[in-house]
Amino acid sequence: MTVTAPVRDTAAVATPSFSPIPLWRLTAVELRKMADTRSGAWLLAIVGLLAAAVVTVLSLTADAPEFDFVGLLGPTVLPAAVLLPVLGVLSVTSEWSQRTTLTTYALVPRRIRVAAAKVLAALALAVLAYAACLAATAAALPFAGGSDPWHLPAAALGKAGLFLVVNVLLGVAFGMLLLNSALAIVLYFVLPIAWSILGEMVTALARPAQWLDLSVTSGLLLEPVMSGRDWARLGTSVAVWIVLPLVLGLVRVARREVK
Amino acid sequence: MIEVAHLTKRYGAQTAVDDVSFRCTPGTVTGFLGPNGAGKSTTMRMICGLTPPTGGHATVAGRPYRQLPNPGREVGILLDASAQHPGRTGRETLTLAAKLLRVPTSRVGELLARVDLPAAAARKRVGDYSLGMRQRLGLAQALLGEPRALILDEPANGLDPEGIFWMRGLLRDFADRGGTVLLSSHLLREVEAVADRLVMIGNGRVVAQGAKDELLSGAGMRVRALDPAALRAALAAAGLATAPADGGAVLVDAAAEAVGRAAAAAGVVLLELQPGRARGLEEMFLSLTNGTTAPEGTAR
Repeated sequence: MTVTAPVRDTAAVATPSFSPIPLWRLTAVELRKMADTRSGAWLLAIVGLLAAAVVTVLSLTADAPEFDFVGLLGPTVLPAAVLLPVLGVLSVTSEWSQRTTLTTYALVPRRIRVAAAKVLAALALAVLAYAACLAATAAALPFAGGSDPWHLPAAALGKAGLFLVVNVLLGVAFGMLLLNSALAIVLYFVLPIAWSILGEMVTALARPAQWLDLSVTSGLLLEPVMSGRDWARLGTSVAVWIVLPLVLGLVRVARREVK
Repeated sequence: MIEVAHLTKRYGAQTAVDDVSFRCTPGTVTGFLGPNGAGKSTTMRMICGLTPPTGGHATVAGRPYRQLPNPGREVGILLDASAQHPGRTGRETLTLAAKLLRVPTSRVGELLARVDLPAAAARKRVGDYSLGMRQRLGLAQALLGEPRALILDEPANGLDPEGIFWMRGLLRDFADRGGTVLLSSHLLREVEAVADRLVMIGNGRVVAQGAKDELLSGAGMRVRALDPAALRAALAAAGLATAPADGGAVLVDAAAEAVGRAAAAAGVVLLELQPGRARGLEEMFLSLTNGTTAPEGTAR
């Protein structure tokens, strides 16, 4: 019953060639995907409201001379630093749990490119959120201003931004390694708690925690001064909790069968 | 142009797809038929580079899918209509694809109209959609990049009869304008109405493929007589090969006239003489369906 139809080779027919999708376009789409779902929009709204609440409460109730720009900026960045990583997690994991990978990888088969775009989009998200925090702080400063409110040390401003970036990337890295929303989000929140509990109970862990507990080492970025040793501690924990999971996650994403 | 050569997929000891080869040419609709779990979806995912094959390869527009620079402009894919983010609106889902494909966002509106999704529905989140609406949205997404080929897995699932009729028209029109269509189904009738070629698969293997007309006429004539034994003797005397069919009928690989003459010569009273066509294929299809569900351990 098997009949093989005569087949004409159509390769000779001129085919229009399409240029590949540039990475920046992919990144823009991934950034949009973080905000265009119901959960994404709510998370962003909550981050915005919390940041506004923090800046308002602090500028209205604080002892006026205490606050300079950086002093007010730190607390303002916190809601974003805690909640935006969840968006980073979901950016990766929701593709698998909602099975939108079927569309994403059908349109962009090079999965590493998609992953790279997600990392870049998370970076862009952190930068945009940081810009919003800067603006909110600047707006509130006249009401909270101390003796020299407009003292803007570049190093401190850069470190506060880096604090946000580290946290958001942590979310993406956990998402990529675990590819499971609940697991990644829970681990993201539980890990610092586990470190502090274990660090107190087991004295032998106290020293490694200085180097490996990312919540402690990234917190150094909000301190006025960071020593070379502090930077080494931050670098070590970033390598262990962000770079390593990202690399392992990339391998997983590239190999996993899409169903 | 879609070409599949010796595609094989094994999961451990289980073979989901076993040496499947076929070719879909421009201007045709190929129906990919098989019972649930026969390996249709796995084959289609392998064509689209989503599932790595154990053996064999597939090309779309002359290249392995994963090497197409912007695949959405060459081939429209709808593998599972329910695999959409429920928290995104229908319009937003299409807008994202439009931005990736670099087609003007005005095309989103055009396609929503083309698949009969009204503006009010497009503003709703996909989580509130019926399966039929998701199929329409998925088809719109597949058509967005003006591709020259379509790969659709069970696109008629969840559509009402009117929707199925509409989809047939759309696919026929797409192929008539030079497009290549590969669509899968577990329902023979559904595919028979639109396909030019059929590829039938069971237990991961291709059991029949070819032009629909040839496949459907391949079964010869179905004959039933008052005296079945006399009929068999008469046909044997005329040198015609027979095969038993249901209801005491026999299938004869010959033209109606030859069968009628043989019966008349022997004075056999005929009750039925009709092309065995669709029935032959359908019986094969049914036996496949039974074969895949009955014995344990051979499923998939």
